[in-house]
Amino acid sequence: MCPQAHRVEGVSRETQDTFSLTLEPCDGAEQPRFAPGQFSMLYVFGVGELPVSISGDPEQPGRLVYTVRSVGPATHALVSRRPGDSLGVRGPFGTAWPLEAGRGKDLLIVAGGIGLAPLRPAIYHVLRHRDDYVRLIVLYGARSPRDLLYRKELVSWARSPDTQVLTTVDYGGVSWRGRVGVVTTLFRHVRLHPDRTVALICGPEIMMRYVIAELERNRGVCASDIFLSMERNMKCAVGFCGHCQYGPHFICKDGPVFSYHQLRSLLGKHEL
Amino acid sequence: MMPVEHSRAVADLDALRQLIPLLEGCGYQVVGPTVRDGAIVYDTLRKLEELPVGWTDEQEAGRYRLKKRDDNALFGYVVGPQSWKKLLHPPELRLFEVQRDGGNFRVLDNSVPPPRYAFLGVRACEIAAIRVQDRVLIEDRFTDPVYQSRRQGAFVIAVNCTQSAPTCFCVSMQTGPRAYQGFDLALTEVMDKKRHLFVVETGSPAGAELLREMNCREAPPALCREADEAVGRAAVQDRQINTTGIRELLYGHFEHPRWDNVAERCLTCANCTMVCPTCFCTTVEDLSDVTGDHAERWRKWDSCFTQVFSYIHGGSVRTSAKSRYRQWMTHKLASWIDQFGTSGCVGCGRCITWCPVGIDITEEVRAIRESGITEPASVEGDDGNT
Amino acid sequence: METLERILGEHPFFEGLEPEYLKLLVGCASNVRFQAGAYLFREGEEASHFYLIRQGRVAVEIYAPQRPPIVVQTLEGGDILGWSWLIPPYHWRFDARVVEPARAIALDGKCLRSKCEENHDLGYALLKRFAHIVEQRLEATRMQLLDVYATHV
Repeated sequence: MCPQAHRVEGVSRETQDTFSLTLEPCDGAEQPRFAPGQFSMLYVFGVGELPVSISGDPEQPGRLVYTVRSVGPATHALVSRRPGDSLGVRGPFGTAWPLEAGRGKDLLIVAGGIGLAPLRPAIYHVLRHRDDYVRLIVLYGARSPRDLLYRKELVSWARSPDTQVLTTVDYGGVSWRGRVGVVTTLFRHVRLHPDRTVALICGPEIMMRYVIAELERNRGVCASDIFLSMERNMKCAVGFCGHCQYGPHFICKDGPVFSYHQLRSLLGKHEL
Repeated sequence: MMPVEHSRAVADLDALRQLIPLLEGCGYQVVGPTVRDGAIVYDTLRKLEELPVGWTDEQEAGRYRLKKRDDNALFGYVVGPQSWKKLLHPPELRLFEVQRDGGNFRVLDNSVPPPRYAFLGVRACEIAAIRVQDRVLIEDRFTDPVYQSRRQGAFVIAVNCTQSAPTCFCVSMQTGPRAYQGFDLALTEVMDKKRHLFVVETGSPAGAELLREMNCREAPPALCREADEAVGRAAVQDRQINTTGIRELLYGHFEHPRWDNVAERCLTCANCTMVCPTCFCTTVEDLSDVTGDHAERWRKWDSCFTQVFSYIHGGSVRTSAKSRYRQWMTHKLASWIDQFGTSGCVGCGRCITWCPVGIDITEEVRAIRESGITEPASVEGDDGNT
Repeated sequence: METLERILGEHPFFEGLEPEYLKLLVGCASNVRFQAGAYLFREGEEASHFYLIRQGRVAVEIYAPQRPPIVVQTLEGGDILGWSWLIPPYHWRFDARVVEPARAIALDGKCLRSKCEENHDLGYALLKRFAHIVEQRLEATRMQLLDVYATHV
């Protein structure tokens, strides 16, 4: 229940307001393995704790990577860390992307904005165990070209066999020659086999709702094959503070990854 | 619930006066009801006389007054604004201290042994509430070590109610007025002009041992019957919640107009969550001293009624009073069942008494149930919550 | 003519259209190519054609003074561009600029309109398809309006 001290090994800038931090444990202790989709509570001395999805390689638990967008004082404190600084880490917590269930199937990954961060460990896993999966399709949308994360990796992922990586932005620019349009507009370039598709979705809630509608209504993908990662206020990450409740679910321990089947009657309810 | 027939003893006031010294001799800090600032609250008791002797309470929706009785009953009242969660799940708790060490930090190892409490005067609904919190804080996926250590060390002396307040509805929530389990000793006060006695039941080996030290004789059957009748009088209650299908009722009426109605009255003052014996929500605060070398993390009671409770970057999810009242009531009566297998409500009535505008949870449920309004299907029910 | 008919039939927009209607449409169709940077049309011009894009990328954009043109959407192979030919007074509401060199089938608006007036069944079949496209574009535009990735205060 106490944060474990970790040293900031590196800080890299992904976009104008988003940074990736790489942490290593201070005492060289062996780190618990994490599953793609899980999160940690990151503690900044004297400031506070925040839930942040782990966005690094699950086969390298000793190097924890977190991609953080600076949106307020707490996240600003996190992204202002410099190599050599300490951060406390508690975790990993929460449920994981169902990568076992996806074996032998097409994995469809749909990410919006910073939502690509919690999905990256899943992509790493699939690429490392490529033969366990059929096709890998990554659909990624961001606000503008400057907000696209992991650009170099997106290019290298596309080169894997049987892998499709499509990106788009909501707002183009004069020099942007890529796609413009919301992430659901990417679906028209993708052929899906509904009975052998597992979809993993992460992004703003509205975006996830629209993507789910596209998958379920227009593509016939089953609700129990669609998975999403939810977010709510979190203080303790162990189901005691009560803040992260979403209907009857505690996002910290029943989530953050849920199947759409579990959330069907909750998604879209006003002020739930 | 079948009454358990263990043999019962009878204690008079003199015998009962031994209780606190005996418990203190065993290393317990005795906590029980006492009068302070016009209310009956829970605090350390050194003598039996510190109980609210000769006092009773008058409670209604939004109203609480103490009144002198015409006798010297020790337990002639029901529950006040505080509950035992004040001791088991403290309102403020320091979780840890951290020391800065250059660019590094160290969490200091300065845990203190937990207090050993003896609770004197726990009502049946309160035992039920403690068991509800046990389920949340000990028996679910994670264990709260502070709650667990205080809970395991606690000695419980229950008191069976011989009267109920108009705001009580433990009978419909099946939590009282009689305590059947969850205590070390249980007392039922029997008094009239001629005598002032207590029928004592044991509920555990520790309770039996303590009773032996008090040298009480066995209670005659007639006295036991009188005690049972007295408790029976407390079971006559006006208020009730019909809990049949309450999960489906509340899940299925998410947009019921009654929520707008209650929102017009609710001040989101959070009193109900503070007095509720099962509400467990907390927040954390990180503080550092002026030098910046020493920081502490504190845990404090929180309430889903606050504006910032549901804040995530950009704004709160539940901004309207309507959404916050709905969240509290739906959680208490419905979601709790999905989460922990029981209702979160024990029918103690505190939320009704202590609401400044007298919102009555039993009335709100009735209003939704009897309105005959049905919402178009998005059928709640099996959400795969298995 | 034969090749054009086959190309038309294979384009996703006309998938499932009865062969006799395809034959009617071929008379209004022609093959076109555009270099990157070229404009297929500009706002305000007469909407004389609509385009079945076969390859390349086209940006739908709107010009406002004092800032570069705003691209609201890009379209590529398999998409259709333009429905202003259907709705009086038949003027384009935006610019269409080629981003990646494009090949398309242009369908003459006047020609199509007169054939639809003669054959209402053909008209209905086309309108159904266009309604679907318009609905998709509207929904996408609404989501774009929401600016879902921004931090809202």
